[in-house]
Amino acid sequence: MSKFKKQKKGLPAISTASLPDIVFMLLFFFMVSTTMRETDLLLKKPVLPTASEVKKLEQKSLVSTIYIGKSKDNRISGDKIQVNDKIIDVKDIPNFIFTERSLRSEDEVKYMTTSIKADKGANVGTILDIKEQLRDINALKISFSTTKGNDLKSNY
Amino acid sequence: MARRENSEINAGSMADIAFLLLIFFLVTTTMDVDSGIARKLPEKSEDTPEVIIKEKNVLDITVNRNNQLLVENEFVQVTDIKRLAMEFIDNGGGLATPKDGNPGETCDYCNGNKSPESSDHPTKAIISLQSDRGTTYGMYISIQNEIEAAYNELRNQLALNKYKRSYKDLLDDYKDNGTESVKIKIDFLKDSYPQIIAEPEPIK
Repeated sequence: MSKFKKQKKGLPAISTASLPDIVFMLLFFFMVSTTMRETDLLLKKPVLPTASEVKKLEQKSLVSTIYIGKSKDNRISGDKIQVNDKIIDVKDIPNFIFTERSLRSEDEVKYMTTSIKADKGANVGTILDIKEQLRDINALKISFSTTKGNDLKSNY
Repeated sequence: MARRENSEINAGSMADIAFLLLIFFLVTTTMDVDSGIARKLPEKSEDTPEVIIKEKNVLDITVNRNNQLLVENEFVQVTDIKRLAMEFIDNGGGLATPKDGNPGETCDYCNGNKSPESSDHPTKAIISLQSDRGTTYGMYISIQNEIEAAYNELRNQLALNKYKRSYKDLLDDYKDNGTESVKIKIDFLKDSYPQIIAEPEPIK
């Protein structure tokens, strides 16, 4: 019976000793799942169109992204194209792809995808020009970046 | 292990430091997965042979700069495209292209009307999307999406009939553990309804 007499009276304080462990766990989760914002957008953030039949882009390291949108300066009209941290012309796109290719090993090149992140208000002409440029240099895998959703009405 | 007095490092602030880091990563993190409509551009070659295509094997979709749509010279809405495309692709009114010396076969998996005015065979059916330079990108994506949806729906129907699995399930299976048998099934479905989309030069 002496065993039971030892029991403490009153509520014991909740141990916070495991709190750092929990926080560290969360921390590691976010560290692993995080992708740092690599490029600063020089354009107005493109509002991506909605589509229902989307495919996830695999292998993010093999994706090169082209942004298309309006300039931040309202006085400048027309679509602007941005890659990495620069606003470029349509005819500079092959150069960009070649640079991207040179950063990858040779057998990875054929799996490289170009992701086009264009504003839904952009002109198709610009997109088709880019597609033509990509076709010229055999960068044939492209993906039109969209948000997933069923409400296509918001696109136009 | 013997414990000496006053030798422990005070770990009370550890949680604070970890919290600080945690909040930093919470703020800088972007969880969005990049997803989109995948397309493969046609290869550019100098010596493309001239191919004669019957007009009934082409579904003409034209969109102008006011985002108005014409399908086979009729004014339609975006939401109609999926149905029209499916009817067109799945028509199966004639024979497939002769392969390896064998004569072309009729489409035995098509559920279409078999109308002689529409496409001969899914492998011959071409969807032509003629856009204007001034069409908005949102409209363009909507049309692409509807065409994609039509093909996916048809492949799905065939998959359900033939393998009792949905096309999406098969694709998921292949992604999880890519066995050869699943790949054969997917390739068969893709070959049965190949995506042939032509995009002529835009209207200036």
